[in-house]
Amino acid sequence: MSAADTPAAPILTAQGLVKRFGRVVALSGADLELYPGEVLAVIGDNGAGKSSLIKCLSGAMMPDEGVIELDGQAVHFRRPQDARAAGIETVYQTLAVAPALDIAANMFLGREKRRPGPLGSILRMIDKPGMRRSAQEAVQKLGIATIQNMNQAVETLSGGQRQAVAVARAAAFGSKVVILDEPTAALGVKESGLVLQMIRDLRENGLPVILISHNMPHVFEVADRIHVQRLGRRVAVIKPDEYSMSDAVAIMTGAATVAGGA
Amino acid sequence: MAVDVVAADDTDDQEIAADAGQEQGRGNLVSSIQSVLHRYPALSPALVLLAAYVVFTFLGDGRFARLDTTGRMLQQTAVVGVLAIGQTIIVLTAGIDLSIGVIAIFSHLFMARLAMNNGWPSILALLAGFVAATLFGTLNGALVSKVKLPPFIVTLGTLNIFVALGLIYSQAREISGDDLRGSGNGLLVWTGKTISFGSLRITTGVLMVVVLYAVFAYVLSNTAWGRHIYAVGDDADAAALAGIDVNRVKLSAYAVAGLIYGIGGWILLGRADTASTNNAGGANLDTITAVVIGGTSLFGGRGLIWGTLLGALIVTVYNTGLSLAGVNQDYRTLAIGILVIVAVAIDQWIRKARK
Ligand SMILES: Nc1ncnc2c1ncn2[C@@H]1O[C@H](COP(=O)(O)OP(=O)(O)OP(=O)(O)O)[C@@H](O)[C@H]1O
Ligand SMILES: [Mg+2]
Repeated sequence: MSAADTPAAPILTAQGLVKRFGRVVALSGADLELYPGEVLAVIGDNGAGKSSLIKCLSGAMMPDEGVIELDGQAVHFRRPQDARAAGIETVYQTLAVAPALDIAANMFLGREKRRPGPLGSILRMIDKPGMRRSAQEAVQKLGIATIQNMNQAVETLSGGQRQAVAVARAAAFGSKVVILDEPTAALGVKESGLVLQMIRDLRENGLPVILISHNMPHVFEVADRIHVQRLGRRVAVIKPDEYSMSDAVAIMTGAATVAGGA
Repeated sequence: MAVDVVAADDTDDQEIAADAGQEQGRGNLVSSIQSVLHRYPALSPALVLLAAYVVFTFLGDGRFARLDTTGRMLQQTAVVGVLAIGQTIIVLTAGIDLSIGVIAIFSHLFMARLAMNNGWPSILALLAGFVAATLFGTLNGALVSKVKLPPFIVTLGTLNIFVALGLIYSQAREISGDDLRGSGNGLLVWTGKTISFGSLRITTGVLMVVVLYAVFAYVLSNTAWGRHIYAVGDDADAAALAGIDVNRVKLSAYAVAGLIYGIGGWILLGRADTASTNNAGGANLDTITAVVIGGTSLFGGRGLIWGTLLGALIVTVYNTGLSLAGVNQDYRTLAIGILVIVAVAIDQWIRKARK
């Protein structure tokens, strides 16, 4: 699947995003388009503004300038909750899990389910068994066999398992877009393979994915299109079957340019 | 009530087995103990309390084991016990509150004076005391969460401010329990009313403390707010990215703690049977002691409210036991100091089981 044979309307767009931190310019007019059902990879050097870009899309950061549209409607996310409510789920580079809480608690952190009836409405009791079951299902759906017990504190998990929990959380709740910031960074070969498979599964289920990664083989393996970020803006969008990995790296570092890229 | 806690307790058997397996060569037993203590954070203070009780029972001349002694110890623990609930909530958010005692003092002065000097009906005076304490707590919370000052500094500052306000307001005059009862304001010292079960004599204040522990144990482990308290203390950045409004959680934690100190002021008024700026002087550090001995981490995110109750009881039991054994006050203080350090050391050791 590619941009050419998807319906013309992108599901998520960003235009001219600017984000400054004092004198540091993290984003200097960044654009992005994400089409339905595609995996869009975002690559770029350290500090190119990849994380900043997706944080603007996920509500973790507010751009100083620029427009973000979801399904053609302008959106102004002030907090991560806003983006989540709109159906955008994000796995951050830092994972954003609470180590002392268990897997089920982390999965539902910030959107705990309540018990039905007066227990929930009056006593505000959260539905622990229900959340445990849902967490179990989400983890199983992604085929992570090594995580069994949803009552396990996240700090007792390996780096890869934690990443898997974060990805499972995003996959379970994402209804429009799933964003993954370096989801394979801490992973071994096998676990990386699992995450890449999850990404394909998400696409199969019709969910578009934004994947940030420094790992070119991973990017070329799953991406439909590759957004190249450099010095705070998009410098090119390429297709993995038209360019080589070394071309991509050259564009990323400024050694090469693409005509009409951005 | 069932204590099903969010943080760090729910590790599984598999894992304990795995842990034990790791160190097969030396001390399977030691590491299993470590794991079990980690799994049940209130277990070590419970064991310490039990051990202290047994030791003092068999060591002394029999006075310690008597029910009236137990009743007296429960009454002595009530004020620190209730205030320590607020401290626990704040410590769980990775904060600290040094203004606890003075908020309770101010609120009990406020209640008594509104009723006695301003002629407020006692129920309104009582509620006004709660409101004042909640506002003080909210002020702490606003300075911590909105102005982003460190909790230690904030509450050190407000400690002095609230002390001064209390002194200025009360003009250092006391109001006795008899005055209150004589003027039809018995409600304000109702928390000091004795209830007897044979020779076990406790007060309504003691019962209130137990109820409050049960309520907050439920709130912390069975509501979203409770979970968010743990998550914010555990890793505030992660909590924010997960969609929790960290500032609001912190603000509400300090406000709720303030309300608890207000109720603490009521219990203090009944216990001391007088409203005076001299009451509850050492409460700040005593609550921190109870929290620490009870196994709550000062770094936030880990701990159990019941542990704090046990911690508060442990301090009283040590004090009473040593006192009945003829140990003088200076040595008792020394013993409590050592106890705190041992508690923290054991806590670190248990945590190592996970690292
Ligand atoms: N919260 C912040 N405060 C100050 N500067 C920031 C902040 N976040 C990002 N920056 C700066 O903005 C620039 C872009 O950072 P960003 O994290 O978006 O890059 P990145 O492409 O994700 O890099 P990496 O590949 O290392 O993850 C960097 O120079 C960084 O130092
Ligand atoms: Mg980044």
